[in-house]
Amino acid sequence: MYQFLYDLIGNEILAGLLVAVVPLTIILVFALFGIWLERKVSAHMQDRLGPMRTGWHGWLQTVADLMKMLQKEDIIATDADKTLYNIAPVLVFTGSFAAYAVIPFSSKLLGSEVEIGLFYVIAISSLVVAGILMAGWSANNKYSLLGAMRAAAQIISYEIPTALIVLSMVMFTGTLSLDKISQMQTSSFWNWNIFGGAIFGLSKFLLIPFMIVGALIIFTSTLAEVNRVPFDIPEAESELVAGYFTEYCGMKWGMFMLAEYGNMFAVSAIISILFLGGYQSPIGYLGNSIGTQWLVPFEQGFWFIAKGLALVFVQMWLRWTLPRLRVDQLMTVCWKYLIPFAFINLIIIGIISLI
Amino acid sequence: MKNPEEIFELLKNEFKDIILGLEKETPTEPIVAIDPMQINKVGLFLRDNDILKFDSLMVLSGVDDANGTKVKDDDGAEMISGGTLSVYYHLHSTNLKHKITLKTSTPRENPQVESVYNIWRTSDWHEREAYDMFGIIFVNHPDLRRILMPYDWEAGYPLRKDYKNPEFYKGMKVPY
Amino acid sequence: MALKTETMVLNMGPQHPSTHGVLRLELEIEGELILSVKPHIGYLHRCFEKHAEAMTYPQVIPYTDRLDYLAAMGNNFGYVVAVEKLLGIQIPERVEYIRIIMAELQRIASHLVAIATNGADIGALTPFLYLFRDREYILSLFEMTCGARMLYNYMWIGGVSHDIHPDFVRKTKEFIIHFRPTIVELNNLLTFNKIFIERTANIGVLPVDTAINFGASGPVLRGSGLQFDVRKEDPYSIYNRFDFEIPTGKGLVGTVGDCWDRYYVRVLEMEQSLRIIEQAIDKIPDGDVHSAIPKRIKPPKGTVYSRVENPRGELGYFIISDGNLNPFRVKVRAPSFVNLELMGELCKGHLVADVIAILGSLDIVLGEIDR
Repeated sequence: MYQFLYDLIGNEILAGLLVAVVPLTIILVFALFGIWLERKVSAHMQDRLGPMRTGWHGWLQTVADLMKMLQKEDIIATDADKTLYNIAPVLVFTGSFAAYAVIPFSSKLLGSEVEIGLFYVIAISSLVVAGILMAGWSANNKYSLLGAMRAAAQIISYEIPTALIVLSMVMFTGTLSLDKISQMQTSSFWNWNIFGGAIFGLSKFLLIPFMIVGALIIFTSTLAEVNRVPFDIPEAESELVAGYFTEYCGMKWGMFMLAEYGNMFAVSAIISILFLGGYQSPIGYLGNSIGTQWLVPFEQGFWFIAKGLALVFVQMWLRWTLPRLRVDQLMTVCWKYLIPFAFINLIIIGIISLI
Repeated sequence: MKNPEEIFELLKNEFKDIILGLEKETPTEPIVAIDPMQINKVGLFLRDNDILKFDSLMVLSGVDDANGTKVKDDDGAEMISGGTLSVYYHLHSTNLKHKITLKTSTPRENPQVESVYNIWRTSDWHEREAYDMFGIIFVNHPDLRRILMPYDWEAGYPLRKDYKNPEFYKGMKVPY
Repeated sequence: MALKTETMVLNMGPQHPSTHGVLRLELEIEGELILSVKPHIGYLHRCFEKHAEAMTYPQVIPYTDRLDYLAAMGNNFGYVVAVEKLLGIQIPERVEYIRIIMAELQRIASHLVAIATNGADIGALTPFLYLFRDREYILSLFEMTCGARMLYNYMWIGGVSHDIHPDFVRKTKEFIIHFRPTIVELNNLLTFNKIFIERTANIGVLPVDTAINFGASGPVLRGSGLQFDVRKEDPYSIYNRFDFEIPTGKGLVGTVGDCWDRYYVRVLEMEQSLRIIEQAIDKIPDGDVHSAIPKRIKPPKGTVYSRVENPRGELGYFIISDGNLNPFRVKVRAPSFVNLELMGELCKGHLVADVIAILGSLDIVLGEIDR
């Protein structure tokens, strides 16, 4: 993508900026859509209609909300640490936005073709923790502080099972590049990593159960990393009012919201790349069969977003079904169940891959 | 299962002078009157005696008997001087299913009643409420503060019959 | 060198999403661990008892509505039973039946709110809306009867304000048919949900002797395993004619007397209330609901303490009459007021998140705590 734009424009900085605009647009549009989807999903699950007045089935509702947020007065508490308080939302948003740099939306739409994409994603998403801690500390509010402490403990703990599963996938595929992992799972859904990868043989069938377990573990732990129910204790509204962003208002609060939805899609994207074939179509491409090659990247984009949204939908579904865990139970789930299972899974996948 | 008269006899034999009498009440059952500064002893006996077992205090209510003489104070408002404030204890036994009402009266000018906090923990807030509303001091209560009114309410005890609303509370006008 | 540490005081409330009103809990915490909880009440103090002294007996009834605003029928019921005892009047059969049906419908409605908010506090928002949807049925039944959905002023001394609507019996039967499956759905969705059990079982365990000593009543006391219900213990109105059971906490998933037991007692009680309504609905005799209302309500000198089983527990009215048109003293023994005292005892050694679960399981209504 960058190369293409560079060839077109001939200016490095401009090309770089233009490349950045694509994920930014996606993240913004997705956040708008995601919030609307969340409201509609929750409403329909709860025998309600949700927003209905602004546009068809209320699709303009989030736009209206955004307008409201932009116009709000920016209030900073007197005792807040103003510098940190202002940096925090930006940092949180940066963390989730930067992860998009390496996510391949299709074989052509890819921000940066780095070889260590997975490593980069895990590293850059840790920035979010720093932002959350800053937000919680600087607001000088006890609820915020408790929320931030919970968030830090939770996100750092849950990075371990996530990383272990990612590691097992790296061992299996032999690459850290998200684009290459996607390319491996081509042609049909039977070649997706969750079904043991593209190489046909005994090991493929042996791998299937462990891949499914791995996918479940990474889904659970990423759920915790993006603070969704049943792991939403950092912002548990019935306990901590709003957790670490209790004191924020207006667009700064909106940044946290954007980051949350951005993260939701980012982790869904990672899971779909690792296990569900990334941008690969499960049934082959229309473009290939009718001979219009230019159609293929668009189809890939469609499949990628469809898979991501499907996972986001599952996240929402869980949110409106399950109650919330307590902080110690959350840690129990992580350290007593997810990490040992992820570790055993790692070893088994390693052994089977050697066969 | 014992009726109030039997319970009264039992108490009278046990405590003699502390039990002041049995007041006939309509339409409900008679009330046992007790010395305010000895109520704790009686309560303990009522709870722990094997044939009484009053393990539950249903309600403790303060009452302003308003039986003193009415006098006018400086700015012409009516005040009550003398007379008594009373505390009613409604007891119940979850085991033996009988009930009894105790009553104790204390002079209005220096209302002091022994706390039953150590017998029935539920009396904690009830006593605080009676203190809050009537100014009855419960001796030995560990945490006698106002409960429903603001902690710094200085205009007296609102459920007394001669209570007057203050004009201002912290600079805010009270009657609206 | 040891670090200097100190405990943190967290004021939960008066404005907080899950204190069920304007309650302030002063939590002393060390990290997330609760060292002590001190409830501060009085933010909703509306001087009910002082008002009552200035009103005539019937005029007090609308004020009783506003005590436990989620169970206004029960409050009316308790008050009129007390005054009727003071007056010594007989109530027509029809009125008794109507009152009991209303009180039991109100019990279901109130328990629905209790269960829903308890779930919502723990994070289950969907059951919350499901249960509020079903509560609407009951509120419509009330609206049909007396025009109000929340504060009814329905039960009058010696009668009720309006006779039931001709459709009432049919609609109530429809409601019963609709509601039974809802309880099953609730159990599937929330009661036996693994996470919900994890959050509530073995939390805030209340031993039965502590419960009695603290004067707890209603589902809180029954959750601790004591079979105590004023409807059976001290039958008022015509409750002794109906066949129903008193569910108690059995420690099905944890210890007897934990949050889950208190919660589950409420679920089971809804079923028992349905049974009472079913028994009563077909037997409502004919008659005039206004025939026994006295022209002038002036009870003789005397005192009465009368208690009824409100959804939240034992609601008692202690009324002293000095022979005038207005009561000399009305003291309300509000079940939530007494149950809330347990907070400090139950929360010790738990985490911040458990405070919410425990508070939800006590099911308080600040309206009657502060009066």
